[in-house]
Amino acid sequence: MTRTLWDSSVGKKTVMAVSGLIMLLYLVVHMIGNLKIFFGSGEFNHYAHWLRTMGEPFLHYEWALWIVRVVLVAAVVLHATSAYQLSRRDIRARPASYVHRKPRAGYATRTMRWGGIILALFIVWHILDLTTGTVHPGGFQSGHPYQNVIDTFSTWYGNTIYIVAMLALGLHVQHGFWSAAQTLGAGNAARDRALKALANALALVLTLGFISVPVAVMTGVVS
Amino acid sequence: MKLTLRVWRQKNADAPGAMSTYEVDGISRDMSFLEMLDTLNEELILEGDDPVAFDHDCREGICGACSLVINGDAHGPERTTTCQLHMRSFEDGDTIDIEPWRASAFPVVKDLVVDRSAFDRIIQAGGYISAPTGTAPEAHATPVPKPDADFAFEHAECIGCGACVAACPNGSAMLFTSAKINHLNVLPQGAPERETRVLDMVDRMDSEGFGGCTLTGECATACPKGIPLPSISAMNKEWLRAVRKVRR
Amino acid sequence: MTDHPHYAHYGTGAPVVDTKAPEGPVAERWDTRRFQAKLVNPANRRKHTVIVVGTGLAGGSAGATLAEQGYHVVQFCFQDSPRRAHSVAAQGGINAAKNYRNDGDSIHRLFYDTVKGGDFRARESNVHRLAQISVEIIDQCVAQGVPFAREYGGLLDNRSFGGVQVSRTFYARGQTGQQLLLGAYQALSRQIAAGNVELHARTEMLDLIVIDGKARGIVARDLVTGKIDTYFADAVVLASGGYGNVFYLSTNAMNSNATAIWRAHRRGAYFANPCFTQIHPTCIPRTGDHQSKLTLMSESLRNDGRIWVPKAKGDDRPANEIPEGERDYYLERIYPAFGNLVPRDIASRAAKNVCDEGRGVGPGGQGVYLDFAEAIRRMGRDKVEEKYGNLFDMYARITAENPYETPMRIYPAVHYTMGGLWVDYDLQTTVPGLFAIGEANFSDHGANRLGASALMQGLADGYFVLPSTINDYLARNPHHDEVDASHPAVEEIVADTEDRLNLLLAVDGDRTPDSFHREIGELMWEHCGMARTEEGLREALDRIPRIREEFWRRIKVPGTGDEFNQSLEKANRIVDYLELAELMCLDALHRAESCGGHFREESQTPDGEAARRDEEFSYAAAWEFTGTGEAPVLHKEDLVFEYVHPTQRSYA
Repeated sequence: MTRTLWDSSVGKKTVMAVSGLIMLLYLVVHMIGNLKIFFGSGEFNHYAHWLRTMGEPFLHYEWALWIVRVVLVAAVVLHATSAYQLSRRDIRARPASYVHRKPRAGYATRTMRWGGIILALFIVWHILDLTTGTVHPGGFQSGHPYQNVIDTFSTWYGNTIYIVAMLALGLHVQHGFWSAAQTLGAGNAARDRALKALANALALVLTLGFISVPVAVMTGVVS
Repeated sequence: MKLTLRVWRQKNADAPGAMSTYEVDGISRDMSFLEMLDTLNEELILEGDDPVAFDHDCREGICGACSLVINGDAHGPERTTTCQLHMRSFEDGDTIDIEPWRASAFPVVKDLVVDRSAFDRIIQAGGYISAPTGTAPEAHATPVPKPDADFAFEHAECIGCGACVAACPNGSAMLFTSAKINHLNVLPQGAPERETRVLDMVDRMDSEGFGGCTLTGECATACPKGIPLPSISAMNKEWLRAVRKVRR
Repeated sequence: MTDHPHYAHYGTGAPVVDTKAPEGPVAERWDTRRFQAKLVNPANRRKHTVIVVGTGLAGGSAGATLAEQGYHVVQFCFQDSPRRAHSVAAQGGINAAKNYRNDGDSIHRLFYDTVKGGDFRARESNVHRLAQISVEIIDQCVAQGVPFAREYGGLLDNRSFGGVQVSRTFYARGQTGQQLLLGAYQALSRQIAAGNVELHARTEMLDLIVIDGKARGIVARDLVTGKIDTYFADAVVLASGGYGNVFYLSTNAMNSNATAIWRAHRRGAYFANPCFTQIHPTCIPRTGDHQSKLTLMSESLRNDGRIWVPKAKGDDRPANEIPEGERDYYLERIYPAFGNLVPRDIASRAAKNVCDEGRGVGPGGQGVYLDFAEAIRRMGRDKVEEKYGNLFDMYARITAENPYETPMRIYPAVHYTMGGLWVDYDLQTTVPGLFAIGEANFSDHGANRLGASALMQGLADGYFVLPSTINDYLARNPHHDEVDASHPAVEEIVADTEDRLNLLLAVDGDRTPDSFHREIGELMWEHCGMARTEEGLREALDRIPRIREEFWRRIKVPGTGDEFNQSLEKANRIVDYLELAELMCLDALHRAESCGGHFREESQTPDGEAARRDEEFSYAAAWEFTGTGEAPVLHKEDLVFEYVHPTQRSYA
């Protein structure tokens, strides 16, 4: 069965859809967590600490977090690998383009590939910035995420990178969620509108939710 | 009407191709697009030039032979086949670009003619119900609920023209393949081969070099018979079901 | 290539006799024949190769079925895919004597309707077999997944068609031909995948190989590379369709052609009733000289539409400005009992007559109005839309006129040819080993085909008749000597084909193939179309050799024979039209009676209706080829009516 999945274009698309949905689920949780910043440093830092003690005493300290990280890394790798392989197949299938070109499908659809690459680069920066602190501006303090977030969004480039990436995320989710639903066979004529509406809502809520944090820092609502 | 045509000319599969420009005059708005090309070809023959090769046959929009990309649209600006497109959709003085279907699975044979035999091979891989002549039970032995019969018919309408592949930026044949799978898999007569049909046809589709689906929706927009985009989702569902049921 | 004024002085040879039709009650003949026919052992079948030319309803179903039986099938189509054969364009439906409506239908009634509808020029044995098999066809197609229209209970729906009094027509919206063809195509595809059928697409048969009097193969050209090749078999089946394209404008596909059957005729197969052509009354009229083909609209429109022309000649006011009192509803006037619902041939001829009087409408005065204004008033626009919406849309797309507001314009067009290669009960031609099925043969429709019967006949021949009867021939001719391209007879046939193509390319004249096709088509439409006269036919017979001579002097075919060359394909088909047209005119001239689609103005009743002359013409005319432009030899097959007794039709 695994072989069939990976060998077929439809199967690979399924892998992409499932891994994408896992990441999407994570993003929704992540976004809700981020909003805790509006309730002050105490609550935000406490929440960040809870992420490490989640599942205790059944799980050891940080185990749950690591499980999540492993699943996410697997999802990212599968998503990216299948995307890369499918894109190669797609480009091979249409080697010559039309002389008379027309802009066609919606912006979100056409930007899936570049959007995906932007998001991949963003994730690397995001981890180096706020998880490992490697490229963090102004002295990374482990265990003080509230201050770290404010540091990042106090720089112009931190805000720019983040906001651009979140807009890309919105577009990617808008087409990606609907697309995943089709790939997994959930689409039909009757459900089409509902799925599209859900995709739009998810994209909008995620983008606004994530962007609200840098905007709040910039405007001084959070400091 | 007077028109400027820019037409893809290619001597044969191996030769390089390029756009050539022609002027045609005295075109009637009542002409079909293909009759306009007939007019051009009559002139080219008398001038000693090679007429433009293009596939066409029934000119009623049902055989699926005609296959032109007109100003970047498969079958041109109206939702119909090229043969049912009329010159009244254009204006006097227009420049019209005419190109063949483009996909690596549809190599150019000559000018605007492409080889679509990959579609036949997808059908050969499983796009049938095994019912040798003489084996059939009485037609009324198995009633088919009307919604299922209508769903089957809606997909059976596919004329195999290949506009879906031509319009798809990935050269994907998902809409074509899904149409046949959905037609046969919904019928009780198609049930015994339901799983092998979808698995084999999708395998064949992949090995013919068609691209994958990124749900751009171009195929359904170009389809002259209105095969809807959710057909692809229905096929994916069949495929996932088959993968679960058939352990290979 | 030279002028032969004496073409019309044909000789009459020995009668041609169908030796295969068994005696006995008509309902038992098919069983009797199947029992009498020799069989080929299943293990031996794969040793036999059968060539099938064409992949329409007849060819596709025959190829698939023969392969299922175990024969090795080599199949050809000139289209890029078998799925594009012109059967795909049939709209209305397929008849079958299922009697699902319990409305009094039976095999015998379908048999009776078909013999009568054919105006008593078909063979009773064949027609009865067709009616018997009709019920099996529906079973077969449903099993293949053909999505026929169904009712809410899940059972098959039926509708009535073409003036018969029962509902026996099965349909799939307006695309019955497409759905049946895809069923046959899928069955064929299955056999291709299994390796039992070797398919050559984009390959056109150009000649028949006859060795020692038996059909042993064909010469065919690969339309992509231009390569001319030979293919050998133990039997050859022609399923290449009809020859309506002789008329240039017809409802046939652009590439439908007569070459396969005409070349077979030249090699010895008799051609029967070539003048029997069906002209369909409800087609969209031509819009100008650029017109390349005509589009049919279902004749069901005549159920609610009223046909009229202006009373005055040359009245060019828009239809809606012509007051009621100045309109001539000529069908209702001439045929008060049947009105707009007279049979196809009568409706067509009446339209021609009013147009000939100068009262036609639209471009060139070649059209009559089909008006739904009254129907819209009576039923409401919604109801009309529900019933005919798709046809109205098609009309609007082609003409850019709104038929809800202005009346449709219609005109008759060539639609189907009842004539074809003469075949016996086994569907074998006069060349042993050569079979003809579907529209390519002459067998079942007599002088006029009923609506929804063409699909029935194509599938009956392909799925059931031929696969049974060909066994008998193959069993009696078990081990042919191996033949190959080096056989002197084969070399001669190939050289003949190559010479013909080379000559077409060499003339380098100043007229295009289409210009000749149009010329011969217009001539045939004028003199061998809806109404024929001795004078007109003689004129056509006089002119055809001259057009042929001019053709070989002035034809211009660009390019070479070693490439994809659509002009060469076309020119080569016209070569055959220029000979077939002559035979059609001669057949029409010799048959000095009116019957079905063949209307001789000299032979009509006082009311102007077709008058059959049974005592002289109750036979099928099978013509033997003797040379281009040479007088052919007529062989008559007497028609005997034991069950359906000839009567005169009356609709007034």
